[in-house]
Amino acid sequence: MTTFIELLLGGLSIGSVYALIALGFVVIFKATEVVNFAHASLLLAGGYVTAVLHDDIGFWPALGVGIAGAAVVGAGVEFFVMRRYRGSDHSVLAIVTIGVDIILVTELTRRMGTDVMALGDPWGDDVVTIGGVTLAETRIAAFLVAGLLITVFLLAFRFTSWGVSMRAAAENPQTAALMGIKLGRVSLSAWAVAGALAAVAALFLTVFPTPGLERATSLAALKAFPAAILGGLDSTTGALAGGLIVGVTESLATGYQSDLSFLGRGIGDLAPYLVMVIVLLVRPAGLFGTKELARV
Amino acid sequence: MSDTVETATAAPGTPPEKTPAPAGALERLRRPRTYLWLVGSVLLLAFPFYLDRFWLQAGLFAMAAAIGAIGINLLTGATGQLSMGHAFFLAVGAYSYCVLAGESSTENGHALTGLGLPTWLAAILAVLLAGVAGGVFSPIAGRLRGAYLGIATLALIFIGQHVLFNAGSLTGGFNGRPVPPLSVFGFTFDDTEVLVAAVPFQSSEKLWYVALLALLLSGLFARGVLRGRPGRALNAIRDHRIAAGVMGVPVARYRAGVFVLSSMYAGLAGVLLALVFQRTVPEYFGMILSLEYLAMIVIGGLGSVAGAVVGAAFVSLMPQVLTHYSDSLPLVSAPGTGGLAPGEASRYLYGAAVVAVVLFLPGGLTRLKKPGEKK
Repeated sequence: MTTFIELLLGGLSIGSVYALIALGFVVIFKATEVVNFAHASLLLAGGYVTAVLHDDIGFWPALGVGIAGAAVVGAGVEFFVMRRYRGSDHSVLAIVTIGVDIILVTELTRRMGTDVMALGDPWGDDVVTIGGVTLAETRIAAFLVAGLLITVFLLAFRFTSWGVSMRAAAENPQTAALMGIKLGRVSLSAWAVAGALAAVAALFLTVFPTPGLERATSLAALKAFPAAILGGLDSTTGALAGGLIVGVTESLATGYQSDLSFLGRGIGDLAPYLVMVIVLLVRPAGLFGTKELARV
Repeated sequence: MSDTVETATAAPGTPPEKTPAPAGALERLRRPRTYLWLVGSVLLLAFPFYLDRFWLQAGLFAMAAAIGAIGINLLTGATGQLSMGHAFFLAVGAYSYCVLAGESSTENGHALTGLGLPTWLAAILAVLLAGVAGGVFSPIAGRLRGAYLGIATLALIFIGQHVLFNAGSLTGGFNGRPVPPLSVFGFTFDDTEVLVAAVPFQSSEKLWYVALLALLLSGLFARGVLRGRPGRALNAIRDHRIAAGVMGVPVARYRAGVFVLSSMYAGLAGVLLALVFQRTVPEYFGMILSLEYLAMIVIGGLGSVAGAVVGAAFVSLMPQVLTHYSDSLPLVSAPGTGGLAPGEASRYLYGAAVVAVVLFLPGGLTRLKKPGEKK
């Protein structure tokens, strides 16, 4: 039972990190209808900047620079690439983000080499034990920070004028533009926000118990894709739910690996995708996604 | 729809080839294109006599990739269904061939299952099996569109990798398994030397003609599909799914069908790649391979056979060219010497090429020469 609770809590914590990534993904999709396959590379960029700088300027400033850096990279991708596309086919734009991703990931992994980089977080490998249940401090921090950021984001999305213009642009771009909302600025800010959220996620994907920032981190970041999809690509609530589902599934499948040995080794990495496929079979638009209604 | 899509569908440059035969024969003699084709085919047929093994291997990779790229161009280019799972079907083709054609054996303590079928039969069955795998996925493929489909097919990659690493008796696990050489009517495409016009023919030289034939047939078939009724239906689905349905196109059937067809192309490409590699390893069939195929069709040109072939040549020959000339190129150097490794350099180049092509040449490289056509 203790194991189960530990796994569940650990899953919720890592799930909230996935939710953070998925949220950025969903925000870009809502604002621009583009599926951003370069998201994992934004995350890697943020993590890399933090990892390089933390020795010289301390952890917190380095984290700040990392977040800002990832936001700048995101905004840069929007400004220099996405905005230049004149066609209207969004699946072609999705492939463009793949091109961007190839360039960014190649550059970052070349710089990293085979190193495993520490991010210099203050939690180390301390653990907290409450009533027999042991949890790493990093996991608690991840859960709290992700929860806080998601709340702030959802509130901003709902109440600030930025959030209103974002939602208006998602609802109907033409009308929003006629009402004086600058669509370019909306999509630029969406990319920047997504980058910043991804950089925070990068921190929590690389702290204890994971060894640190390495090439494989972008694979972990990929799990935000099934999270975003199974929640529904155009739903912020969906991103949240999807992230938690993916996190818990992964954690439980990894934890009970020995009981699931007939499925082969490393089933934990696969479980999120299996859950996604099953959910999509039943609900093709994801759990909270709007079903497409088309007027002919 | 947008003007880029318009030019892709209408393809005004192509109809002259369909002009009636009597007038066409003379007409064709006057067009430079005919001679280009002629010279090209002679060169392709003559290459095994002159090129060394390195370039023949590179060419074989390019041809196998071209077949796979034609497949994904039918699906993603012509029908607009984004697929990230192409590598999975390549793997199905490659490994099915090994399992069907190989003999049961033990390697490094692994027991490998093999059915020992005649290799030509195994190759055909492997292609069919890839198609079946595509068909099994059709409940998903038929329901989802756009980004949802793209990410759902991403699941195939991870499922595929999991199976390849774990189903040891079929796939040989991490170390992969050897590929039995193809043999047709008693002629084996292996490394035993055969002298043809005083040139020793080894596996690459022999396989060259197999690959050439396979590429030709699959290219012609895809062209037939794209230019005929199914092709128009697929383009209609891409441009406006609902309108296509209203006009009487059985959308679901066509989408499932094109998914199966594209998996079969991938399966054929997988069989060829396996024959060229002579050993299949699971790592190769990962996500990067899928991304490469998407890059190919975007660079070459979405929705056409020529685009797929050009893109495949570009993406798969680039690392080889860079590797071969790494000494004389600035910036690029052999792996591990501190500079830019050829593999990385080529990834930069084709990543940048994808972005540049979409932004500046929406038709891809194959439409490069006709700027007047755009609007």
